[in-house]
Amino acid sequence: MDWVLSHLDEIWALTVAHVGLAAPAILLGFAASVPLGYFASRSRVAGSVLLTIGNILYTIPGIALVVLVPVAAGLAILNPLNVVIALFLYAIAIMVRSASDAFGSVSADVRQSAAAQGFSPVQRFWRVELPLAGPVLLAGIRVVSVSTVSLTTVGALVGIPNLGNLFTDAFQRQFPLEAVVGLVAVLLLAAVFDVVLSAIGRLLMPWNRGTSVRGRDRARLEALPTRPNVTGV
Amino acid sequence: MLFLDAFRWIFDPEHWSTVNFGPGILDELGAHLWLTLISVVVTAAIALPVGLYIGHTGRGRRFAILLANVVRAFPTLGLLSLLLSTALFASQDAGVVANVLVFVLLGVPPLLAGAYAGLESIDRRTIDAARAMGHTELQILRRVELPLAAPLILGGLRSAVLQIIASVTIVSYFGTNSLGDFILSGLASTDYVQVVAGSILVTALALLVDGVLAVVQRTARPRGVSRGRDRTTTARGRSASAVSRAPMPEGN
Repeated sequence: MDWVLSHLDEIWALTVAHVGLAAPAILLGFAASVPLGYFASRSRVAGSVLLTIGNILYTIPGIALVVLVPVAAGLAILNPLNVVIALFLYAIAIMVRSASDAFGSVSADVRQSAAAQGFSPVQRFWRVELPLAGPVLLAGIRVVSVSTVSLTTVGALVGIPNLGNLFTDAFQRQFPLEAVVGLVAVLLLAAVFDVVLSAIGRLLMPWNRGTSVRGRDRARLEALPTRPNVTGV
Repeated sequence: MLFLDAFRWIFDPEHWSTVNFGPGILDELGAHLWLTLISVVVTAAIALPVGLYIGHTGRGRRFAILLANVVRAFPTLGLLSLLLSTALFASQDAGVVANVLVFVLLGVPPLLAGAYAGLESIDRRTIDAARAMGHTELQILRRVELPLAAPLILGGLRSAVLQIIASVTIVSYFGTNSLGDFILSGLASTDYVQVVAGSILVTALALLVDGVLAVVQRTARPRGVSRGRDRTTTARGRSASAVSRAPMPEGN
């Protein structure tokens, strides 16, 4: 406990650095994934191409991506931007799929009704499709946020300071308490991000308050027996 | 160019046997795959039976989802450094145990999800029919559920293997051999050709293993079962294909 109190400044500085790496990657990843996911849900070809690229990106190990980004982009290998770009790419790899699912879940009837009411494609996107896809998009960015905050720690291995430094330092000095502090800090930060995202979601989508996923699942279950017998047995 | 030099580095026959008087590509590759294999076997030994139980009975699904969410938040680097900075795991052999423990924790949620989602994706009427024909529960599991769920179970295994193979890279920091050695020792000596070569090797290995498992997954679908038909009659939760395509996102 003494160690924690005497190193509060350092822990706080690392936390700020961590947020500086993770938050832009999450937000930019989300911003890029929404249009990409929209196209992926509208066109079969675009969908399979984008999702395949996402899968391949996701397969590349974290350190390797952090190192390969600067070489491909012509940046210095110890630039903090590399970590942000690598995390941004991972965020897209995860988020494009959930954005595609989100827009895919908007029923064709609703889109056609909007078109029939005279909405232009742009109006339809902003006023109909985006709000309806909102809850699934929110679920997606929450997953991205948690895994990005955790993944950022790998940056410490390539010399970009963040909360992961507490882990490397704990090992070098054989001092487990420091690793525990790092783990608690990372988990707390992930929780804070999650609370903030949920709050933003509640603010932007007040209609989403009452329906839990559980309720929707149950509704789907109850709808099942009334389905026509598709196998024809 | 750095990329060209890196490929030259990789195709230099000397580097396959030794690099800077240390282990060469073959040794590091072997160590990487060996640690991956042990971790995957232990993961499968735990996650398969539990996942099949959850899928067959429908009990404990909430627990599996909770586990996946909790594990996602834990950084692998932090768990490794926590275990390896304690005296308990100071010896070489104990260090391997610590590595395997952490990687099993990473691998269990995706395989668990693949197993229960695979069983849940089966049309309930198929299972009821098997039961009506006098199959015991174990027979239903072995003759009906396992073959029909095989593609999704293998999809879960694929995610688990990739998760582990990517994360094994960072054990290099803790003194265990893996392909990550080239990246980290290259960074320490500012030999960026070696850093990039190491990254290319790790990436190529991950993509290759993913490709092989994708082919295996494709061949596992029993003949006569068309993709997507059971989607309309899935009993619980989301559609089977959505689960199979979505890798469980964790840190690596």
